[in-house]
Amino acid sequence: MSLASLTKPWAPMSYGFLDASAKRELRRKMIKAVCVPGCQMPYASREVPMARGWGTGGLQVSLTLIHPQMRVKVIDQGADDSVNAASIRRFLARVSGAPVTLDTLEADLIQSRHRIPEEILREDQVLVLQVPNPEPLRSVQPNMSIARQMHGDADYGRMWLQLYEQIVRSGRVMQGASYPSMVNGRHVMTPSPIPRWDVPKLHMARHLTILSAGREKRIFAVPPYTRVEPLVFDDVPYRVEDHGGLTCYRSGTKGFFMNEIPQGDGSSAYEVSDSAFGVKAIRTREGKGIEMGETWYKDGAMTQ
Amino acid sequence: MTPVLDIRGLTKGFTMHHLGQGFAAFSDISFAVAAGEFVLLKGANGAGKSTLLRTLYRSYLPQAGQVLFQSAHGLIDLARAADIDITYLRQTEIGFVTQFLVARPRISAEALVAEPLRLAGMGEPEALDTARHWLQTFGVKDTLWPAYPTTFSGGEQQKVNLARALIRPHKLLLLDEPTASLDANARAALVQRLADLKAQGTAMIGVFHHPGDVEHLIDRVIDLTPNAPLQEERQDVAV
Amino acid sequence: MTLTLDGPRIVKTAPLVQLRGVNKSYGSVVALCDVSATVYPGEVLGIVGESGSGKSTLLRMMNLEETPDAGSYTLDLPDLDGNLFDLDRFARRMLCATRIGIVYQNPHLGLLMKNSSSGNVAERLLVAGERRFAVLREKARAALAASEFPLERLDAPPIELSGGMQQRVQLAKAIALEPALLLLDEPTTGLDVSVQALVLDTLKRLQRDRHITMVIVSHDLGVIRTLADRVMVMRRGAVVEAGLADQIFQDPQHPYTQQLVHAKL
Repeated sequence: MSLASLTKPWAPMSYGFLDASAKRELRRKMIKAVCVPGCQMPYASREVPMARGWGTGGLQVSLTLIHPQMRVKVIDQGADDSVNAASIRRFLARVSGAPVTLDTLEADLIQSRHRIPEEILREDQVLVLQVPNPEPLRSVQPNMSIARQMHGDADYGRMWLQLYEQIVRSGRVMQGASYPSMVNGRHVMTPSPIPRWDVPKLHMARHLTILSAGREKRIFAVPPYTRVEPLVFDDVPYRVEDHGGLTCYRSGTKGFFMNEIPQGDGSSAYEVSDSAFGVKAIRTREGKGIEMGETWYKDGAMTQ
Repeated sequence: MTPVLDIRGLTKGFTMHHLGQGFAAFSDISFAVAAGEFVLLKGANGAGKSTLLRTLYRSYLPQAGQVLFQSAHGLIDLARAADIDITYLRQTEIGFVTQFLVARPRISAEALVAEPLRLAGMGEPEALDTARHWLQTFGVKDTLWPAYPTTFSGGEQQKVNLARALIRPHKLLLLDEPTASLDANARAALVQRLADLKAQGTAMIGVFHHPGDVEHLIDRVIDLTPNAPLQEERQDVAV
Repeated sequence: MTLTLDGPRIVKTAPLVQLRGVNKSYGSVVALCDVSATVYPGEVLGIVGESGSGKSTLLRMMNLEETPDAGSYTLDLPDLDGNLFDLDRFARRMLCATRIGIVYQNPHLGLLMKNSSSGNVAERLLVAGERRFAVLREKARAALAASEFPLERLDAPPIELSGGMQQRVQLAKAIALEPALLLLDEPTTGLDVSVQALVLDTLKRLQRDRHITMVIVSHDLGVIRTLADRVMVMRRGAVVEAGLADQIFQDPQHPYTQQLVHAKL
């Protein structure tokens, strides 16, 4: 008997890192999620070479969907060049051989943390959002079992009450990101910590959105052409961040969601958050003939 | 003419279960009262006068007999009528005048007196006006009208009680010692009101310790003393 | 033998509440034994009995929080048919939320202690589907005013309020949607005597002004005497006697009722 006879021959890891049973679990739960829009489906979240809380849920979805021809874009707070976005993108490419892109119009799959790109996504594109806390009712009902029952009963009075109390105490709804939204008129979800600016993009969108929380082990989805309605009182209109009048100091684009950069003199400069979009604007200005896609927001206001 | 009230073989007894005892209050009482008739109940203390009134009003349940009442909605046996019908009749056609006021905290005298009118659907301003008229008639000072009767003297309370009980005309009026604790003026006002109601057709059955005040209204006397002839024609009635 | 009572002949309105043959056991303990009750619109029914009589269990059934082993429960309301105990979970919840109001003995059960008082009332309106903020605010204010709650404390959370005020918030919550039926479980127990009188007065006023049908459970006969038109006496899960309030108190027939009534000093 030799060591050679006792050891199995070297084999490469599964395509796309996750083994077949993990992918099957994810596919099944994604289909379930699409069948009941906005409803959280528990799933057996696998370990990936990344710490929990850094996008493991989104990563598992991307690894399941990926194939060698799929063009992948990864952003973090709108930027492709953030360390985490870059490292996820590189990992996806290495374990799948799939091509990567920075251009929203070119991507088949976009994995994103906390932002939706400004260019309108098409029917053949999939958006994967990373979710830290999938339970919108957490703040009014910390007990998970009771919260699940509340979703089952469509018992969202306490959620509405929270918004009412915010208006009573502060004069307006204080909810910044993760604005609780009613999906398909039945389940309330948190759209992940995307800003209020981005939530209207999900309503009756052409693309499929999958939201995945790896640490919390929940997946939910917004199928194409599905209603997504932020919980809003009839007489207190939904307000997005006041970025409609801002100009990006680097690219010159106007009326898109901006990052605020405090200046030495106390003022602020603004830079468009969707960095690839900003780059395209600069290239266009330089006359390089880059295609700028149609955007959800025009002249600083939501169109559809 | 059909009587307003036709009592047949009415029997009332009490069973005190914890004492293992029972006793009869009255037995096999029968008499009728026509519209506008005033019947005085007579008998020694304990003869069952108050008990009879309360049995007619259904605060007590009889053991046997019938109490046929000619209501605006037809003939009904009060002894076996459904609770809801009795409640309705008490609000509309049958009145009971006691010697005690049931005062509720924080309700003014005028609001208490107006309540039967409000229950009948009258608007608040009109009901209060009428209430105040009757409080005045019974001699309650106007400064007391918005006050709470829980703080009044017995006599003042009784005046409020009378005003409330007599504010609406009834088909049948039961009176249980209504003149107790009243001064002469209030007694006179009471008697006048009873005379008016009688003229309007109210049938009345009353227990009066001193029937002198209402002597001129009495049509018949019923004696509940056991073994005494039940009915007497109107006479000088010393009890 | 006391004459048995006939059915109603003058009052033609249908009863609002009809409970028939309600039975409930928890293991070997019989909580309710063949209980029936009828309540007409605008009536106040008082249910009295000692602890363990089943009166609170019965009230919870009327609020559809529990279902019995047998029995039927009907409410004569538009769009409602059949035995309410057979309704599915969702229908039961909606019915409870919109057509029935309840005030619990323990305010912690009935109130969200850390939300504002107006928020507590608004929550009921939100569950029923109201989505206009101005309307929520106005109706919450109106319900609290009708419950004689001091409006300067409109947004105070119940946790900061006295027992009497907490009961008023519960009451406001219960009447906010103008329910057909109001259920009260020992509404004044535990309150100071003077505060009790005030709460009773508010209930009386509400009943007179709005003609709300009420079912009040209490072991305090004084409370029942003040408010009830009819009284039902319960003992060990069964109804021993029922009748007009003044008759039950002045001429109780059943030995247990006599005991109960005479025990009151």
